[in-house]
Amino acid sequence: MKVLVPVKRVIDYNVKVRVKADQSGVDLANVKMSMNPFDEIAVEEAVRLKEKGKASEVVIVSIGPQQASETIRTALAMGGDRGILVKTDQMVEPLAVAKILKAIVDAEQPGFVITGKQAIDDDANQVGQMLAALLGWPQGTFAHSLELADGSAKITREIDGGLQTVEVKLPAVMTTDLRLNEPRYASLPNIMKAKKKPIEEKSPADLGVDITPRFKVLKISEPPKRVGGVKVSGVPELLDKLKADGVI
Amino acid sequence: MASLVIAEHDNASLKDATHKTVTAAAQISAPVHVLVAGENCGAVAEAAAKIAGVEKVLLADAASYARQLAEPMEALLLSLADKYDAILAPATTTGKNILPRVAAKLDVGQISEILKVISPDTFERPIYAGNAIETLQAPSGKKIITVRTTAFKAAGEGGSATVEKIAASSDSGNSKFAGEALSKSERPDLTSAKIVISGGRGLGSAENFKLLDSIADKLHAAVGASRAAVDAGYVPNDYQVGQTGKAVAPDLYMAVGISGAIQHLAGMKDSKVIVAINKDEDAPIFQVADYGLVGDLFKILPELDEALASRGYK
Repeated sequence: MKVLVPVKRVIDYNVKVRVKADQSGVDLANVKMSMNPFDEIAVEEAVRLKEKGKASEVVIVSIGPQQASETIRTALAMGGDRGILVKTDQMVEPLAVAKILKAIVDAEQPGFVITGKQAIDDDANQVGQMLAALLGWPQGTFAHSLELADGSAKITREIDGGLQTVEVKLPAVMTTDLRLNEPRYASLPNIMKAKKKPIEEKSPADLGVDITPRFKVLKISEPPKRVGGVKVSGVPELLDKLKADGVI
Repeated sequence: MASLVIAEHDNASLKDATHKTVTAAAQISAPVHVLVAGENCGAVAEAAAKIAGVEKVLLADAASYARQLAEPMEALLLSLADKYDAILAPATTTGKNILPRVAAKLDVGQISEILKVISPDTFERPIYAGNAIETLQAPSGKKIITVRTTAFKAAGEGGSATVEKIAASSDSGNSKFAGEALSKSERPDLTSAKIVISGGRGLGSAENFKLLDSIADKLHAAVGASRAAVDAGYVPNDYQVGQTGKAVAPDLYMAVGISGAIQHLAGMKDSKVIVAINKDEDAPIFQVADYGLVGDLFKILPELDEALASRGYK
């Protein structure tokens, strides 16, 4: 079974984001970019399926500028077999991403799609669900653990009340949560090997998808700032303050 | 037309995330209808009918909706979508699971986790873990929206909506519920508690996390955690507060042994008063805390517990 893993190039999770003064966006100049952490977990899970003999091939796909091929290389160094870059310099909204991925799924016919539950830049949490709906496939979102059987998958999900297990028929889409696995670091030999793995380039137009944004971003602004308060001397002073504020 | 709110419930009781979503819906398109989909959930529909400002409650009572799985819910919502110009759900794990499927099938973009309705087509939502706020204008047509419930006041009681039973849609049967392990707690729900006390890696073990329990009981507080504490296995995943966990905005948030990564701050910085207890006086959590207490939490927590008891908190 072929597994498709969509990955996104995002601002590194350790970077403190700065909003541009003209409110046109956030400052991405000279900022470290990395693979979306949830997508790293997705790559790891797919590679483990291959190592266990449950997946035959792991195909990595990314949508973005030329540099997104570096993100694909990272995934190939972790154990992905080949990559597809859908190249565009435009901002692509989640629905258009899902449509592009659907076109890739139609061509590649994977039995399982694994991707991150959300990207840490737009925090939308939409693509996996949208892709599943467009394909008419079932989904297991926010995955905490996976048991793959013949023709079905048992996916345990992190939900607000605890954990929930669903059983879905394959093909299906799974989105990853934090505790699914701990992604590996690529070894130097594997990084070298990844350089030789093929990455095919396509454009959204090749796939027949219109990526014109539907929404208009009017501005990107700073959130209200919290100012740090005071240090208190000990528990009695703390409780006096909280009492005075009327919160206890 | 009208807006439709997907009720958050567990078949027995209606959750207050629904009331908050109704508030957001009323600002976008009135009248507001509420969809209660579940199994043997008549009491939930009765409760939803009492929310002020709700005109009608749609009750879809069938075994296929018992867990509100995304696939049958998608089919149900698509059968109703024509009548509404906005469909909203609270940004809970249930709402987030269902609504993008509906949006995709309607060929409409979804607006996730709105913080504010500026006008019926313009919204604010957090991006980059809340480090930036995006103001977004939607095109004309249907709006599909999830709501950051901590950003909206709950609609009050006093409504008297009609309850209309609706038929179940067909279910593809390609997904089914196969079990659950829910945290049981007598304490208030993390997302609606007035006081939240959260622990981090500084607590050091699952055993030590119990130091928070007695304090939480005295303050009628919910207990939360940082990602680090959940990853370390001190507490279950549903305790996690942060960018990818739960967003909370209580009157009082106490962060104990939490350093304050931006991902954690994203989930709690809208709290009214923040207290940080940490041995590292340079921990970033102090930059957002109204009151900081530097010291060994293993000394401070028992002292806090005793001080609360002696001040009459039980």
